[in-house]
Amino acid sequence: MPDATGLELIAHDLGEQVPGSVAGTEHYRGIATLIVDPGRVVAALRWLRDTPNQAYAFLASLHGSDYLPESPRFGVHYELLNMDRVERLHVKALLEEPGDGELPELDSCVELFPTADFQERELYDMFGIRFRGHPDLRRILMPEEYEGWPQRRDFPVGGEPVLFTHNEHRTPRWYE
Amino acid sequence: MEIVRGHAGGPEDFRVRQLRARDLLRGDLAGTDLEAHVEQSVLTTTFERAVNWARSNALWPATFGLACCAIEMMSIVTARYDSARFGAEVFRASPRQADMLILSGRVSIKMAPIIRRIYDQMLEPKWVIAMGACSSSAGVFNNYALVAGADKFLPVDVHVPGCPPRPESLIHGILKLQRKVQGEPDLGWRTRYGAEGTEEVGEPAVPHGA
Repeated sequence: MPDATGLELIAHDLGEQVPGSVAGTEHYRGIATLIVDPGRVVAALRWLRDTPNQAYAFLASLHGSDYLPESPRFGVHYELLNMDRVERLHVKALLEEPGDGELPELDSCVELFPTADFQERELYDMFGIRFRGHPDLRRILMPEEYEGWPQRRDFPVGGEPVLFTHNEHRTPRWYE
Repeated sequence: MEIVRGHAGGPEDFRVRQLRARDLLRGDLAGTDLEAHVEQSVLTTTFERAVNWARSNALWPATFGLACCAIEMMSIVTARYDSARFGAEVFRASPRQADMLILSGRVSIKMAPIIRRIYDQMLEPKWVIAMGACSSSAGVFNNYALVAGADKFLPVDVHVPGCPPRPESLIHGILKLQRKVQGEPDLGWRTRYGAEGTEEVGEPAVPHGA
């Protein structure tokens, strides 16, 4: 894990090599987070992967999050790992909600990390984030005819209401 | 159907019965002696009850596990629980050879049509056990991805509660199912659940022999 100074150095170098790609840094509880511009995610990841003294060559995880009351609303997180130094770098891209039922879009990084194929499909399935240039962007876990993006915060949890003692007064005489 | 074993007598009784049987074969046995002998040695029942008794003691489950309950389901055939004592130890790998479908785990929306297809492929008569909280009511996974209760798309005969149920509970469910099989006349599931007229009609999607 790069320390706070190391993270600033990485951000500085990345900002020089890929202009306009760094939107901020964050070092919190030992996790180094590099916030990148969503339009330059692939360029930033390519630089982090291919630069010899960075060499974050392994994408350990790609996941999403929904910070609903906040704006920008969606976060796409890339967990990069350098296997030689055992250093992890967290790269985050924040996406605005386009509105009008449109889906937020981001460039796909499958050409850099083939493992991103299924993980980007899962993000599309759960959060409705469309990855431009993905070879086969379909739902991966939910049925293909499913409607809605279930891990979004404004999506109902679903299922059926369960009768507990704390809510049984809402259905009087339920036992009949 | 209850089978009561005759009172086992000593070696003298056995000798007496042996002599009686010889008399019967010779044609010497008549009157009350003949009646007493027949009462002792012949078991009468109806064909239907005999068939149901045989069916209930050979309930072969389909090899089909859905989630964590499947681990408990697998353990019922081990030496410790040994469902072979009740004739339910042969997990058949083909639904065509299975009599019983154990829904062992959570039923997702994506899996439901597949389960239904497996159920439709099983031959009559067939029975279903919903094992555990999830397949009966979605349990703790009460969310957007699951079908809350497999009886929304399948007729379920026995619900076994628990999360997961212990193997003893599942065996108890199998014993309950055995009593159900023995107690009810030979009916298909459509008759049992009043679902006549729900047969799918029309050409099959894939013609036979295609």
